[in-house]
Amino acid sequence: MHRYRFVLTRPLQFLPVIFGISVITFILVRLIPGDPARNLLGARATPSAIAKIRAQYGLDEAMWQQYFYFVKNLANGEMGKSILYKIDVLKLIATRIEPTIALVLSSVVLSVLIAVPMAALAARNSGKAPDHVVRIVSTFGIGFPPFWLGLMLMILFSVKLDLLPVSGYGETFGDKLVHLVLPSLTVALSLSTVLIRSLRAAMIEALKSDVATAARARGMPERIVFWRHVVPNSLVPTINLLAVNIGWLIGGTVVVESVFALPGMGQLLVRAIFSRDYMVVQGVAMVFACATVLVNFLADVVTVAIDPRVKL
Amino acid sequence: MSAGTVSSSPAGWRLRLSQRLPLVIGAGILLFFLLLAIGAPVVAPYDPILQNGATRLQPPSLLHPFGTDNFGRDLLSRVIWGTRIDLQIALIGVVFPFVIGTIVGTIAGFFGGIVDALFMRLIDIILAFPFLVLMLSIIAILGPGLSSFYIAMALVGWVSYARLIRAQILVLKNSDYAVAAVSLGFGRFRIMFRHLLPNAIAGSIVFAMSDAVLVLLSGAAVSYLGLGVQPPVAEWGVMVAEGQSFITTAWWITLFPGLSIVCLAFGFSMLGDALGELLGVHE
Repeated sequence: MHRYRFVLTRPLQFLPVIFGISVITFILVRLIPGDPARNLLGARATPSAIAKIRAQYGLDEAMWQQYFYFVKNLANGEMGKSILYKIDVLKLIATRIEPTIALVLSSVVLSVLIAVPMAALAARNSGKAPDHVVRIVSTFGIGFPPFWLGLMLMILFSVKLDLLPVSGYGETFGDKLVHLVLPSLTVALSLSTVLIRSLRAAMIEALKSDVATAARARGMPERIVFWRHVVPNSLVPTINLLAVNIGWLIGGTVVVESVFALPGMGQLLVRAIFSRDYMVVQGVAMVFACATVLVNFLADVVTVAIDPRVKL
Repeated sequence: MSAGTVSSSPAGWRLRLSQRLPLVIGAGILLFFLLLAIGAPVVAPYDPILQNGATRLQPPSLLHPFGTDNFGRDLLSRVIWGTRIDLQIALIGVVFPFVIGTIVGTIAGFFGGIVDALFMRLIDIILAFPFLVLMLSIIAILGPGLSSFYIAMALVGWVSYARLIRAQILVLKNSDYAVAAVSLGFGRFRIMFRHLLPNAIAGSIVFAMSDAVLVLLSGAAVSYLGLGVQPPVAEWGVMVAEGQSFITTAWWITLFPGLSIVCLAFGFSMLGDALGELLGVHE
């Protein structure tokens, strides 16, 4: 089990990053011009509320002391109150987290379903026509703005063909799933253009590997060599690639949630920026950053679990 | 999109057709948009901002090849004028991160030690934030607008360039010519920026092309969300947002600005691929 020892030690290496994330989110909100208490509470705050927030965040004290208060509040699960929604930021985020997680997961699954066959097609015909077509399509696809692609899919599937809902998020599980089809397809198409290029390279590498050559020497048909040896061996790079791109993926969901009016964290962030709800901006940025760190950690765990050669 | 490696011999200047084609297409597309941006006042048939109640929501026709929007403005003219803004977004949004990242990466790689460690930790922290989320948070502080976008871009975008250059400098600073330059008594800055940097920069230039795509898409996305370029200025992302309310009736308002983004991005991608081949840089 010592291969998994890093599961305990790795989080310690994350501590400096988490510390850095907290410093940056702290600085971001302190950089807003004007009285910080007013910034955090909005223009119509009562004097007593301002006095309370001053005490809670130590706003009259030195910067490093203010940071200390900030971390202390954080440790108590206190991220402040939303000006707009009048509830705790963490509680607010909790109500918005489900659509975002659902969107991210379904996008990842869809993008793998798109990227693996396309990359396989290109890799098995490396240098031939299908390879060139896939390469040009993915080069072209990288330039598709997700917000525009989403609208085009909406015009096609919702307006012209009337197959799927235009926007919003359902109540029941099935309803939610139907509402997620277009948003996740949008994110998945954008993500798969990035995946295809690297996956193709990984597959071509694996096709030349000793494992594949040995399998061929045993008389194994090329098709089986590909699916039994090449595809599993390009799985590890895919998982790492997804982890590297998680930040990019989250950025995509922020925009796509706004396009399709999905009530997730991305839409919450954008609305919070417009209404100067700085506590919410700070909270969402922090949760997204921590999620990114967590996903990278999970990717390491999965890599070790599926590839016995990897030692971390 | 990770670090590029530079092979010692460039592909040579006599290019095969398969190498020349992407270069010609990429450079051609960019030149086309550049000319369009410069010549906008001459090329655009109508005023991009002047509203006209008589020509509201007209589908594409000979008079208005891209149709008109809900204010009766000619969309072809708006797309042409938009070229100015979006090309500017891609250029300025790349130049500042490129310069900052290259200087930081060179210094960190050359000096190593505590300077390097500090910058690398800072980069780790910035990379922990989802790119767009950090961008939006900075824009939230600075207030919506194009200049906020550029500042946010400069604050966040330099990390990729710094990592690229640093990796190159770490290798090159032990090369014979660098050691020779040190023994000749040249100053550190002369060695860093006159000897090492010119040999390390190729990968960054290629990366800048694919980064231009990312910057263009981010700029348009930020404007689409209403946090970048403000209406009535003609910018492609803003135009897509303006068309969203009319997608059931007037699809052309959203279609054409988006297609322009795709074409410009394709130009940068092709040029990046071609330069990569030409300079012997592979991602």
